Amino acid sequence: MNAPLAHKTPDTRLQGIIKLAILAVGGQGGGVLTNWIEDLARANGYAAQATSVAGVAQRTGATVYYIEMAPAEGGTPIFSLMPAAGDVDVMIAAEMMEAGRSILRGFVTPDRTTLIASTHRSLAVSEKMVPGNGIASAEEVMAAAEIAARRFIAANFDQVAVKQGSVISASMFGALAASGALPFPRSAFEDAIRAGGKGVEASLRAFNAGFEAAVAGVQAEAAPAPKPVAKSTVAGPARLRAEWDRLAARAAALPGPVAEMALPGLEKVVDFQDLAYGAEYLDRLDKVVAQDKAENGWVLGREAAKYIANALAYDDIIRVADRKTRAARFARIKGEMKVKDGNLLHLTEYFHPQAAEISGMMPAAMGARWQADPARMARLNRWFDKGRRLRSDSLTAYVMLYVLGGMKGWRRRTLRHRQEQDHLQAWLDTAMSYRAANYDLAVEVLRCRRLVKGYSDTHTRGLSKFDRVLDGIALVANRSDAADWARRLREAALKDEEGKELDGAIQTIRSFV
Amino acid sequence: MAERSFKAEVEHLRKGAGDTFTGEGILAITKALLENGVGYVGGYQGAPISHLMDVLADAEELLGELGVRFEANANEAAAGAMLAASVHYPIRGAITFKGPVGVNVASDALANLASGGVTGGALIIVGEDYGEGSSIMQERTHAFAMKSQMWLLDPRPNLPSIVKAVGDGFELSEVSNTPVMLTVRIRACHVTGSFETRDNKAPTLTVAEALANPRSDFKRVVLPPFSFVHEHEKIDQRWPAAEKFIRDKGLNEFFGPKQAKIGFVLQGGMYNNVIRALQRLGLADIFGNTDIPLYVLNVAYPLVKDEFLEFCEGKDSILVIEEGQPEFIEQTLTTYLYRAGSKVQVEGKGILPMAGEYTGQVLLDSITAYLKKAAPDMVPAMVRAPNEEAPKIPDLTKVVPIRPPGFCTGCPERPIFAAIKLVQKELGKHQIAGDIGCHLFGSLPPFEVGGQTMGYGLGPAGNGAFEGGGKKRSIAMVGDGGFWHNGLSSSFTNMAFNKADAVAVVVDNYYSAATGGQDIMSSRAKNPTKATNNPISKALEGIGIKWVRQIDRTYDVTHMRNVLREALTTPEKGPKVIVASSECMLNKQRREKPLTAKAIKEGRRVETPRFGVDEDICTGDHACMRLSGCPSLGLKVLDDPLRDDPVASIDQSCVGCGNCGEVADAAVLCPSFYEARVVHNPSAMETRIAKWRDGIIGWLQSRRAARRLNFGEAA
Repeated sequence: MNAPLAHKTPDTRLQGIIKLAILAVGGQGGGVLTNWIEDLARANGYAAQATSVAGVAQRTGATVYYIEMAPAEGGTPIFSLMPAAGDVDVMIAAEMMEAGRSILRGFVTPDRTTLIASTHRSLAVSEKMVPGNGIASAEEVMAAAEIAARRFIAANFDQVAVKQGSVISASMFGALAASGALPFPRSAFEDAIRAGGKGVEASLRAFNAGFEAAVAGVQAEAAPAPKPVAKSTVAGPARLRAEWDRLAARAAALPGPVAEMALPGLEKVVDFQDLAYGAEYLDRLDKVVAQDKAENGWVLGREAAKYIANALAYDDIIRVADRKTRAARFARIKGEMKVKDGNLLHLTEYFHPQAAEISGMMPAAMGARWQADPARMARLNRWFDKGRRLRSDSLTAYVMLYVLGGMKGWRRRTLRHRQEQDHLQAWLDTAMSYRAANYDLAVEVLRCRRLVKGYSDTHTRGLSKFDRVLDGIALVANRSDAADWARRLREAALKDEEGKELDGAIQTIRSFV
Repeated sequence: MAERSFKAEVEHLRKGAGDTFTGEGILAITKALLENGVGYVGGYQGAPISHLMDVLADAEELLGELGVRFEANANEAAAGAMLAASVHYPIRGAITFKGPVGVNVASDALANLASGGVTGGALIIVGEDYGEGSSIMQERTHAFAMKSQMWLLDPRPNLPSIVKAVGDGFELSEVSNTPVMLTVRIRACHVTGSFETRDNKAPTLTVAEALANPRSDFKRVVLPPFSFVHEHEKIDQRWPAAEKFIRDKGLNEFFGPKQAKIGFVLQGGMYNNVIRALQRLGLADIFGNTDIPLYVLNVAYPLVKDEFLEFCEGKDSILVIEEGQPEFIEQTLTTYLYRAGSKVQVEGKGILPMAGEYTGQVLLDSITAYLKKAAPDMVPAMVRAPNEEAPKIPDLTKVVPIRPPGFCTGCPERPIFAAIKLVQKELGKHQIAGDIGCHLFGSLPPFEVGGQTMGYGLGPAGNGAFEGGGKKRSIAMVGDGGFWHNGLSSSFTNMAFNKADAVAVVVDNYYSAATGGQDIMSSRAKNPTKATNNPISKALEGIGIKWVRQIDRTYDVTHMRNVLREALTTPEKGPKVIVASSECMLNKQRREKPLTAKAIKEGRRVETPRFGVDEDICTGDHACMRLSGCPSLGLKVLDDPLRDDPVASIDQSCVGCGNCGEVADAAVLCPSFYEARVVHNPSAMETRIAKWRDGIIGWLQSRRAARRLNFGEAA
């Protein structure tokens, strides 16, 4: 009676169970996709069971749906209620990082799993909050998927569906049909959509597009070939064009890597102000390039071309007003908002000018006097510091912005311009002062210009971070690893809003200098 | 009305003998209630049992035909108390809520109910929110069943078993005069499958009939000396009656060979996943025929001693598979064996983890470990000596970001938290208490507002100790759902009575939104069967709170911030309550989207708003993200070699709520945001004016373009 039980091999019918998991972001229609799949299975003589833990995760969180199916003959199969690591046949990930999560959780294994993933990104809050670039690496997930999955089908199924006026659940269902992972013909999938009864036509279109995208695979939508650097066409009066051509030729004559950056830089600067300003840009750049060499790969010159242009084309009221009133902008918005014939478009701009911006528009000497006087600044804030919603499609608001945008002639006389020029000069001088002793450090200091961005408080915070980083660099400037520290400081500054990481990094430096 | 209509599901409830029901577990339970002659049903919504409430709320007509009373109770305590109808009257009643949080709230009523006992079957359907996807503390309802002596059913997670448990539960309740809890795990509530339906049965005695013929018996009141008698009744009469019924009716199930050295004892709810582990080990076939004897406890409490000891006869060891902790079942079974002088080894926690969900991997690993120890000959060769080296899959731990739930696109709660974040920038960090509901997402990045939550409607009460005021005032959040659930009595009367010098913010989104958009007292919808449209501010007035500010558009971040600032700094003493009202966007869109589409089609004038970002004005500092976190506000990497950081970008899912623009204004961020309002079917006059205006604007644009260089993308 206590004899050991003879060991048996697994029931071969168990291999008939198809295990399919869906990992989606709440709100993507994972529930609809699940319903289609189980209806499909049941309509084709399979026993099927679906489960989910929707709950509060439906509110934009990561959500798992799970389906098992097996031929319905000879009894009721016992299905599991949740996917198990290493035991999933089809993994549908409706977003790239969810594909990563499915791999992380062990649901994708080389012996069995067909991974169908949408390559689009729906960014997590943690990725968006970072002041710098916090976007997770989709490439790493793609690379892992190639190894982890037995078959990997990827395309931007979100875009595919949106183009058809539908949602991703339908295009992923199409991809599932195309994968051949389920033993049902394409028509059976379409029948399941029809049986669902809601938005059938749009769903079928997206299904079809998803099917084709899955067949074509990710290659079909590979990144377009890199555009040539001088990507723009230039239009305008002949006199200006001739002068532009002369400047562009001057930029193009710079060493290769520098020229690549100098052409878009020149364009940005001329667009911001005028051709004379462009010439000044090239003059400044020439001085840096004169101190650079081919054996350094022209890195210093290239970074100077990039960041001097950015520093010259600062964000002031004139630039914003100019940009907001251009015809190309109106055309772009009409396209994006799908404004059809017979529709009208109302545009509301959100402005909130403050005393610093207003006084920055004053002539330099006068502005400086005002900024030095708190009472006057308070008065400016009383007059101007409130949100202004401007209907830029209305004549009054448009004309006001148009006039502001046309004040380029005035710009060079303003306080803001002088401040920007001074800041630019000081930054360049600092960078170049390191040039002789430490080429790499000079490059890193140039790159710190990236920290200056934003408007109002954000801009002030950016400037303060910039100053702290440069001060931190000064502490280690004599060390051989100064460039490395400069890079670390800059990256730390881009990690969080308040600069906590930066303070930590500076503290570390202070501990050893 | 709930997030969606359940009219289609209501039709399933009408199915009769010979029909087949196919659908979700929780809906199968709903149908089973009607088949078992239930006389009244109540409960409080929450995942995973919301659908039971939602469907019955839509089934008014059918319930009327059968004479069944349905209440959407104010909270779980009210639901628990409703079972009082089964104390003296032979009426079957059922209530439902999520566990263990709902059971916590209901426990006062349930303990009283369990003491006096019941005449009619009383069923408490608990959707046990445990494991992955759960939004509550990880505890067991099991403890409540034990402390109050209510029987606990934990059926195998398939529709026929769950449906059978409903009938068994009513009968068990009646024969033992004890309330019965039917616990269904979250996945079992949402599991799909089929069962053969029976005809619905009207209750033999309806609540209306009972009301016409009232009964009472002071021996059922929890007062001395009867309360002492109740305790003895529980042990001397109700327990043995329950044990006998469980054995006689075979509520617990046995699978696998009768004779074996080892066996598993498991909760019914664990059955499918245990079978899966055995299938993977080659010890069970596709239909669950197993080589290992299983004793499946569809009744997790009480444990039937004799039945268990018989199962153990002839075995060397058993494995107790009990999800959750502490290990109540394992402890009891061990005691039974010890007292019986048995030599059977008990394995359980230790081989299985003490805490956490028993996932497929956990069960596979634990059962394998147990077999290696207790019956090595049963372990498949593959597991004993795996010969295949698994390929190394790159570790993505550092790559894949976490994705906790958050506010939906256009959520009216987002601007409230943006305003709190802004006011804290001015006045410094404050003590902030959270509550239960969608607004608890405000405690996560990017807002990080609120540091703890003490329960539904208890946010302001959670700041009780701080209500004396001082240099700063405490802030407490509570939703409209929480306000009516428990907040008015436990939080606001507490504030008013104690003259709290503190601030509370009521997040009023017109629904019990997190649980699926059910109507509550202050909902704006007209509901034919429920009393809605009762403003929260009036209730506050009624309990004597004077400083109340009603905000009717939460999206006005500047105003929201100013009111908060006023509440935090006003010299006025006493409670300061801000009622911030705007409709839940999920529900609003569901309601308005079809109407808008129809209006456009019919040629009526409609404005559809959406926001956009001028990418050449955005500098990529992402300050807006730190005041938003909206799913439709993402990042875009520009094809511009001069730019390092991705810029803000709004996709087509934007509903034009206005938060982006308001935040840019209130926080003085940047001028990149614009609102684009497409006017469909404008009037002829409007179009003429627009044309004339566009003409002038166009002329101005070309005038300037003609005088300067224009850089455009190559065609």
